[in-house]
Amino acid sequence: MIDVDVHANIPQIEALFPYLDELWVDWITERAWRGPVMPNHHYPVASERAARLEWRPEGAGPATSVGLLQEHILDPWNVDNAIVNCYYGIEGLRHPDWAAALASAVNDWLIDQWLSKDDRLRATMVMPARDTAAMIKEIRRVGDHPGFVQAFFPTRSDNLWGQRQYHGVFRELAARDLVVGLHYGGTTEGAPSSTGYANYYVEQYGAEWQSFATQVTSLISEGVFTDIPALRVSVLEGGFLWFPVWGWRMNKEWKGLRREVPWLDRPPLHIMRDHFRFSTAPIDAGPPELMAKALQWIGNDDMLMFATDYPHRHDDDIAGFLSLLSAEARAKVMAENAREWYRL
Amino acid sequence: MAETKIVVGKADDFKDGDRVTIETSNGRKIVVFRQSGEFYALLNRCPHRGADLCKGRFVTNLTSDAVGEYVFHGENRMLACPWHGWEFDIRTGQSYFDPVGTRARPFSVQVQTGDEVRTELDSGEASYTPSEYAAAVAEVGGSSDGPQPGPYKVESFAVSIEDSYVVVSLRAARPARAPRPPRPEEPIKEAIG
Repeated sequence: MIDVDVHANIPQIEALFPYLDELWVDWITERAWRGPVMPNHHYPVASERAARLEWRPEGAGPATSVGLLQEHILDPWNVDNAIVNCYYGIEGLRHPDWAAALASAVNDWLIDQWLSKDDRLRATMVMPARDTAAMIKEIRRVGDHPGFVQAFFPTRSDNLWGQRQYHGVFRELAARDLVVGLHYGGTTEGAPSSTGYANYYVEQYGAEWQSFATQVTSLISEGVFTDIPALRVSVLEGGFLWFPVWGWRMNKEWKGLRREVPWLDRPPLHIMRDHFRFSTAPIDAGPPELMAKALQWIGNDDMLMFATDYPHRHDDDIAGFLSLLSAEARAKVMAENAREWYRL
Repeated sequence: MAETKIVVGKADDFKDGDRVTIETSNGRKIVVFRQSGEFYALLNRCPHRGADLCKGRFVTNLTSDAVGEYVFHGENRMLACPWHGWEFDIRTGQSYFDPVGTRARPFSVQVQTGDEVRTELDSGEASYTPSEYAAAVAEVGGSSDGPQPGPYKVESFAVSIEDSYVVVSLRAARPARAPRPPRPEEPIKEAIG
């Protein structure tokens, strides 16, 4: 079994001090800075959305050490590989040098505290996502480490990721066979919906899939995959049942509007099937008999990859979901698709 | 029945870009275009949903080998259907979008008589039952690798200039068919700026 989305949380800012220059340690200490604020907005500390009760250790934050991950996920689930994501909110920082230093520190912490402590683990590198030159610099610095299989792209970004200023970043990733990990999260001022901010937590949390759909549309329309045919994108925590519906609509529009984007030589849904995969958590599950039908919309068994999204709680009925899949599809969703996608 | 000829009008009366529709004695409407100096004729009925092709606009074929690079094919020989924008090559009537799945070979200018396209060619309508549709889609993995020729094709007619008159040649009539369902109402046109 492969789990494509487990989280590593920075226990406290001091955990990064060994990986920061003295300048930045001093900078942080002088200000009593506690870290980027964004994740705490989206995952309030006591919320079970942030961490299941049974995954909250005494005297430490959830998902703050490799030991907890082993105890809660790797050993009980008999996991072959798990992909560690650190959603720290670096993209919210506006200080370009500080953001770059912090991204480097997080990547070095991932290597030192996670990848080197359990060879079942792979990780997603983070980047200072407001600055393409700095992104490329960080990819060149750590992207060749064999433990990194993916780069973290928060779904709420100031500019849509498909736009041309990012194509150079994607080329660097494709050259190293690194996957683009489009993941829940984003800039402090990034709205979850296409038309702005929500008033309630439940509303904000539920609206986030819209930004995923917008990013996917951008990546395809802008011709990223025409220019970089080897590029692969994982949609993590973005849901998945929306994509066939999106694809049918886009295919229809493309037939009449394709001359505007002549670099699209195939229907958008076809491009999506070749270049995108989706993590299963959270599962957009309806009643089982309707869900079984909806899963047929996806059209093949290759598109989904299992994820627990540890330590979050999504109230997913994983057993119920898996019971709707054929034995062959289950094997693909639980391991084979991710193994092929991440070259594990 | 032998091939019939219909005289449309004097060639000199057609300016480039002009179009005229004619009706045959058995009620088939045919649109004749003068486009880029040449004359073309098509059945005035989009095989997709039945729109009047005489209301279509000509578009330039545009292709691209890389993002931000455009290959502008100067000749305006692609007719975009007024309803859904699907493009047809007026020289052959060939559609380049196929909602049902693609067969790998393009159709020649001659009308095909294969069972699969006979109905579309005869009536300008798709005639797949839901199960046939599903089978055709499954065969190509759920989507076509377009744009490339599909089975949809508008019937085209030979146009010649005889003594400076434009003449459309009709083919021999086909065997009688079962009556077709009524043509859908044209949607209300939205104001387009």
